[in-house]
Amino acid sequence: MKIKKITASALALTITLSAFGCGEKSSGENVSTDGSTSMEKVIGTLGEAFTEKNDEITFTFNPTGSGSGIAAVSEGRCDIGLSSRYLKDEEKASGLTETVLAYDGIAIIVNPDNPVSDLDMETIAEIFTGEIDNWSEAGGNDSEIVLIGREAGSGTRDGFESVTGTEDKCKYRQELTSTGDVITTVSQNPAAVGYASIASVKDSVKVISVGGVSPTEETIKDGSYAVQRPFMLITKSDKELSEAAQKFFDYVLSEEASEIISQAGVVPAE
Amino acid sequence: MNKSKAIETVIHGIFLILGLITVAGVLLISVYLIISGIPAIKEIGLREFLFGETWQSTGENPSFGILPFILTSVYGTAGAVVLGAPTGFFTAVFLAKIAPPKLRKAVEAAVNLLAGIPSVVYGLAGMLVLVPAIRTVFNVPDGASLLAAIIVLAVMVLPSIIKVSLTALDAVPKEYEEASLALGATPIETYFKVSVPAAKSGITAAVVLGVGRAIGEAMAVMMVSGNVANMPSLFGSVRFLTTAVASEMSYSSGLQRQALFSIALVLFLFIMLINAALNFFVKRSKEK
Repeated sequence: MKIKKITASALALTITLSAFGCGEKSSGENVSTDGSTSMEKVIGTLGEAFTEKNDEITFTFNPTGSGSGIAAVSEGRCDIGLSSRYLKDEEKASGLTETVLAYDGIAIIVNPDNPVSDLDMETIAEIFTGEIDNWSEAGGNDSEIVLIGREAGSGTRDGFESVTGTEDKCKYRQELTSTGDVITTVSQNPAAVGYASIASVKDSVKVISVGGVSPTEETIKDGSYAVQRPFMLITKSDKELSEAAQKFFDYVLSEEASEIISQAGVVPAE
Repeated sequence: MNKSKAIETVIHGIFLILGLITVAGVLLISVYLIISGIPAIKEIGLREFLFGETWQSTGENPSFGILPFILTSVYGTAGAVVLGAPTGFFTAVFLAKIAPPKLRKAVEAAVNLLAGIPSVVYGLAGMLVLVPAIRTVFNVPDGASLLAAIIVLAVMVLPSIIKVSLTALDAVPKEYEEASLALGATPIETYFKVSVPAAKSGITAAVVLGVGRAIGEAMAVMMVSGNVANMPSLFGSVRFLTTAVASEMSYSSGLQRQALFSIALVLFLFIMLINAALNFFVKRSKEK
């Protein structure tokens, strides 16, 4: 009953929104996107820059989540779906194509006084789920680990937890509402560990390497740095995009757009 | 004659409309909160919502129990008042009766300044000074805790407690005190046995006002309390009713968002209760 209601209200919302977003698709003057909430910032800035150059085209983004975005594009409810995970094989088989727009790298940060400078994925997961609760078990000083995270619903939290496989299991000591707060708190507590988007990390904290690989633009792009996920554009393989949508698609993959993507805090694919 | 009467009527009308704007604002907010707060409570179940001990709004099987938030708000406010009320009260007695005029002026200016400091500044000071201090002093792994929030709130409620108590104490007729002194009571005896009882209602109103200020504060406590939905403990990370709404609102959707409105509704009911108490005490002090 509960689930039915949630689905119903979500559906109603999507219908209302897609009435806004995709209603004018036939006229070719609108680009509608739908999907991952984590991509809100990057796709929003891209959309703004795009409409500034193309006055006659309107741009809409409907933040519903990767799964809903993929469903929306395959049902033709929007032009481009946005996903922050790779497509599953059956989704590809159903006639969808994925194009990587950017990579979202998440840095694991500790206090500069912390001697630990490298952890592997497994240890990170164990630390955040509370199985390891003292730094001495991870090669550091004998002090209790203080986990600093983000609030429920945050894209960075969602990204970190899905990459490390710790969804709903993290035993945070603090849940803060911005990347800046996380960095400040970690920089003040010698026993703290947190995560933040690569682009916003400052010198006041130490970025540790994961499995021996430290996060740089190169290691994120070639996939050797593990705590990262792709930001994808999902389109239909057998159907051509509308003129406006194609224009947008080409624009976001252009040289010019990659600068905007970097400014939004993620690593452009091209 | 007729013309001036017409102007009178028009002005009356304008004032009436201006007055109604406030009323309309209150009504709009109340109605909106009730309408948007009820659905989630219905769906989750009132019992489960108010007395559930786990809040996991984005989990695979989300649970929406706000008992940790309610208890944290109650404990936090109580703690702030326990620390702030005596301090504020004695400060007010000192300023009203004992302090030389120059000193009183200086302290009053400081109190007014304290009242004007934005809550985000309290939060910032708490985050950068108080939280690390608690960590070192009490030797706990992390200082962001209920205790930090209580201390910040205690300082924040001081101005309202001091100012309202001061007004109440100033309003005590001189004759009461003079009579008491003439009968041979010492000044201190007079202040605490004559002046304070005479100003009792006003002082109570001051404390209730402080409670209202503390329970409604979001920004400052969000920065020092850690924001994890634990059951309250003094050195643990806690989430208040206000911060529960503020911290998740920006990315929320569906039932999660509705539940946040329901939390706001619960908070609203708390504030109404406090307001009713305040009205009661203010009325009583006027009748005297």
